[in-house]
Amino acid sequence: MDEGLLRALVPQVVTALLRRGADFAAAEDAVQEALIDALRTWPGSPPRNPRAWLTTAAVHRLTDAVRSDAARRNREERVDDEPEPGPTEQADDTLLLLFLCASPELSPASAVALTLRAVAGLTTRQVADAFLVPEGTMAQRISRAKAALRDRRLDAPADVAVVLHVLHLAYATGHVSDDQLAREAIRLTRQLVLASSEPEVRGLLALMLLHHARHRARVVDGRVVPLDEQDRMRWDHAQIAEGVAILQGALAAGRRGRFQVEAAIAALHDDAATAAETDWPQVLAWYDELVGLTRDAVRDDPAAVLSRAVAVGHVLGASAGLLEVERVEPVLRDRWKVLAVQAYLLRMAGDLPEAAAAYARAAERCPSTLERDHLVRQAALVRAAGSTGRVNDR
Amino acid sequence: MPKYLLLKHYRGGPELPTPVPPMPEWDPADIEAHLAFLGHVNDLLKENGEYVDAQGLSMDQEWIRYGGPGAAPVRSDGPHPETGDLVAGWYAIDVDSYERAVELAAYVSSEPGPGGKPLYEWIQIRQIMEAPPSYAE
Repeated sequence: MDEGLLRALVPQVVTALLRRGADFAAAEDAVQEALIDALRTWPGSPPRNPRAWLTTAAVHRLTDAVRSDAARRNREERVDDEPEPGPTEQADDTLLLLFLCASPELSPASAVALTLRAVAGLTTRQVADAFLVPEGTMAQRISRAKAALRDRRLDAPADVAVVLHVLHLAYATGHVSDDQLAREAIRLTRQLVLASSEPEVRGLLALMLLHHARHRARVVDGRVVPLDEQDRMRWDHAQIAEGVAILQGALAAGRRGRFQVEAAIAALHDDAATAAETDWPQVLAWYDELVGLTRDAVRDDPAAVLSRAVAVGHVLGASAGLLEVERVEPVLRDRWKVLAVQAYLLRMAGDLPEAAAAYARAAERCPSTLERDHLVRQAALVRAAGSTGRVNDR
Repeated sequence: MPKYLLLKHYRGGPELPTPVPPMPEWDPADIEAHLAFLGHVNDLLKENGEYVDAQGLSMDQEWIRYGGPGAAPVRSDGPHPETGDLVAGWYAIDVDSYERAVELAAYVSSEPGPGGKPLYEWIQIRQIMEAPPSYAE
């Protein structure tokens, strides 16, 4: 059974029920139940018309009425008669639901959970697994999110920036837990590109593709591999080419935003045949643009200032980079990230004992076991290199 | 979203603002009210979609270590068997932010003690580590 095809039908069927006057919360629940039925029964008896089957099953759940098989067949035939939606209608259905789910009234995490179920067509179990919480907790979170949206009108004006934020977060969540979510986020962003001409939508798609292209090289045998040590043969070069083409199209519109800028930085890394060939002056120029997008970057976007410090280190020297880190030190919540960048720059400066100490302190505060293990290894390698006078520790 | 353990202790941690006698010495109605509150926190977390797990631990504890090849495990009551830190149980939560975890910990600490007055119990917060690396490189 093609689960991807089934999932793609979910937003179409939800919007079909909405157009028949169903309420969003009820329609979305009905489609979720129909989806679970489909996952159970389709492998044994695949339907002739999957979309009609799913719509019928969802309508059946929605009305919650016991109907005779004859009546059900009758309905199925009626649904059958409806024309298959073209790509534009499908994209419009997805867009409508994305705008509904990515509402500023919801916390971003709730909006992501709801989007993954109602638009990406994942089951509650799959969403719960992605967030590493019990299924009941996720079911409750989604039903609360829908309750918060109860009075929202379908045609209420929506902000594409909120939708992009939610898709980006879904991608980042997928990246940390399960590649499937990252791929779903990419799929939904592709749909959004079909329905919106906003350059930032293309910027986000490009960023996802250019970042996801490196995912097979990023964690190897359960070990984190930093960008400068990754095996670039493991990168997906077709995906990089596609990302670069989409980014060029977005930049041509002349309205830059943060996703386009971040994608440009990712593209420069992807474009280097070796880490040593990275065009750091160009990377720094794009980081200058990134921090220029906020009025007071240290306060509004300290993560960008911290990432920029690495580029400053490569272009202007490690001590210049360390001065940049000092600017965000009082602001950044993630102390371990500050310490990890300091450690990287201290090692670049040749101050191995201080670098080892900073890696060790970063490890103590790091909330991810894989990343922590990486930092502990770095601390030990740099310490050993420092005591034997070796600088190379790869 | 980050996950945290809100740890309750039988003993250990900073001193309580107003010391309370051990639970077996409380009025039975106060014990019922206390236990009902703990169950209510469970329900609240589930209702909010923030629940991951909740467990209580018995007071029995022992330290065990490998005894070496062919030798029996080594057992100990610990360095301070009567006064050492002793965890009583936890709520594991999945929340939007650290600030939300602090808010929930303070709520747990408002649990009723003797005479129905808040216990002001110290709750220890620990972040649960997750295996995957973060998004940024």
